[in-house]
Amino acid sequence: MRASRLAKLVAGSAVAGLMALVGWAAHAQTKPKVSFVYVGPIGDHGWSYQHHQGLQALKAEFGDKIDTNYVENVPEGPDAERVIDQLAASGSSIIFTTSFGFMNPTIKVAARYANVKFEHATGFKQAPNVATYNARFYEGRHVIGLIAGKMTKTNTVGYIASFPIPEVVMGINSAYLAAKSVNPNIKFKIVWVSTWFDPGKETDAAKALVDQGADILMQHTDSPAAMKFAEEKGIYAFGQASDMASFGPNAQLTSIVDNWRPYYIRRVKALLEGTWQTSDTWDGIKQGTVSLAPWSRKLPADVVKLAETARDGIAAGTLHPFTGPINKQDGSPWLKEGEKASDKDLLSMNFYVAGIEGALPK
Amino acid sequence: MELLANILISAMIAATPLLFAAIGELVAERSGVLNLSVEGMMIVGAIAGFSTVIATKSVLLALAAAIASGAVMAALFGVLALTLRANQVASGLALSMFGLGLSALWGQGYSGLSAPAFPRLFVPGLSDIPFLGKLLFGQDGLIYLSLTMVAAVAWVLDRTRLGLIVRAIGENHDAAHAIGYRVVALRYLALMFGGAMAGLGGAYLSLVQTPLWVERMTAGRGWIALALVAFAAWRPWRVLLGAYLFGGITILQLHSQALGVKIDAQLLSMLPYLATIVVLVVISRDVVKVKLTAPQCLGKPFHAAD
Repeated sequence: MRASRLAKLVAGSAVAGLMALVGWAAHAQTKPKVSFVYVGPIGDHGWSYQHHQGLQALKAEFGDKIDTNYVENVPEGPDAERVIDQLAASGSSIIFTTSFGFMNPTIKVAARYANVKFEHATGFKQAPNVATYNARFYEGRHVIGLIAGKMTKTNTVGYIASFPIPEVVMGINSAYLAAKSVNPNIKFKIVWVSTWFDPGKETDAAKALVDQGADILMQHTDSPAAMKFAEEKGIYAFGQASDMASFGPNAQLTSIVDNWRPYYIRRVKALLEGTWQTSDTWDGIKQGTVSLAPWSRKLPADVVKLAETARDGIAAGTLHPFTGPINKQDGSPWLKEGEKASDKDLLSMNFYVAGIEGALPK
Repeated sequence: MELLANILISAMIAATPLLFAAIGELVAERSGVLNLSVEGMMIVGAIAGFSTVIATKSVLLALAAAIASGAVMAALFGVLALTLRANQVASGLALSMFGLGLSALWGQGYSGLSAPAFPRLFVPGLSDIPFLGKLLFGQDGLIYLSLTMVAAVAWVLDRTRLGLIVRAIGENHDAAHAIGYRVVALRYLALMFGGAMAGLGGAYLSLVQTPLWVERMTAGRGWIALALVAFAAWRPWRVLLGAYLFGGITILQLHSQALGVKIDAQLLSMLPYLATIVVLVVISRDVVKVKLTAPQCLGKPFHAAD
């Protein structure tokens, strides 16, 4: 008697538990959770800030049809895997991991959660449930390279670089080639700070570059510190990832602005409609993922015209920033006359083009 | 010469936030308290200073706010670790994260704003001397204050009765208590001095070095300051040496990259850490002496025997 009562109790609670589980699953199905992992703080006014703008756009677009959450300040490395795993385990339907260094952790976690969709920004590894997306920032770099070549008086551009990954190397090469095309005497001084976000160190790097004669700053780091420094020094700079004019109203000539909203909306829509598939997206100026902040009033009309012609040419597909003849730094040929760089070449770029001084860290 | 002067000045500026935070932490640790929340105290000091300068336009009030907020954070740590006798390592880590979160909340609405230029010293005649003038007499007052603090801490710890008592409670709190010193009260004071200095270091970052507010702008400097204290074997002048070495090599490696020196950037980035540790370990290699200066009660909870 006692045994059967116990059995009933066990059976009863198992059924209740199962029902709760089914109910939870059903609930999860009706309301997908969209998660984001950021490498910096959402208040960085750069890279992570722009991705967070994308999350806000999703909320505005889909309202209470989706749940959203995010984790900021996630270091690239073992911590990232833990965070992504936690999100996947706690019911996320789709997880956007928004930094290059999250690539391997994303792939690893994705292998454990076949039902969760993953989207990794700026990487090159896909899986059936991992899509990648990136923006052709080098198109924007071409435009600011042209402007820098025209606007520098010391013929020296200071470049604050983060890590020697293809995306950053591609940006340096693109800006240099463009600057060189309008100013044969141009020199690029490049400083690698080995961080995406450290305002103090970015300022120190900017200072070092200016002390050594640079009068225009470009950056591939995430904080507005260099822009602020340029404003103080009375020189010019280009913003990174978002419009940094508020930090340098006189200094900023323009910014390369990342606009992830259209992509995020498209992908979450596909998820809701059940048509999501893995893909590799690389949009640029044409699709609006890469845009340029309003020109500074300090730019003369001919420079604005030059920049706009280039921008429109890239959008129309008539201009490719990497069109031969281009040699590598060591003098070996890369692109023949009129040849355009393939995406594969760009995404694995690990060399400076001819004319850039200094050694590229490996 | 101009470039050399600029490099030296940049190095001093890069070192100063570390120096403030480390010299404060040194006093707390010499009194026997291990406060790991330096990063949190620095970032709270940074936003306290920044928000005050925006509101009042007064640099002095901003510094006062940074000092006060750092001290309050340290007092909070004291409540946890000294009064409630919670684990010091865990409390410090928790407060460090709390500081980062609090500053992010506090700082909403302050990003994008600009702090007014920080006043620089100008001594007529002296500041005009080429090279040395700018270097020695043309900096912001906080650099001189940080150097003064090192001298003051060294003097107080080694030469005064107060310093002797602080060291005594760090060395053996039971003995110090037995002869009548108020261990907990003195530790609160040492802690709050440490917090005040960390707050000042944070404010140096947000008011002088990078005059703007962005979340997490301390970017790990609190942890470097903590390491400096241990590697300097708890000696004030070695903390100064360590901070200036770290700042100097950071700036030098940036300049050498801009000059096109062919050394791997990753190696150069590692150099400040490596060189600082090696130099401090080498000059502090006398094990007996290090044991003598390392506070024996560091991190241990104090129970007053009833």
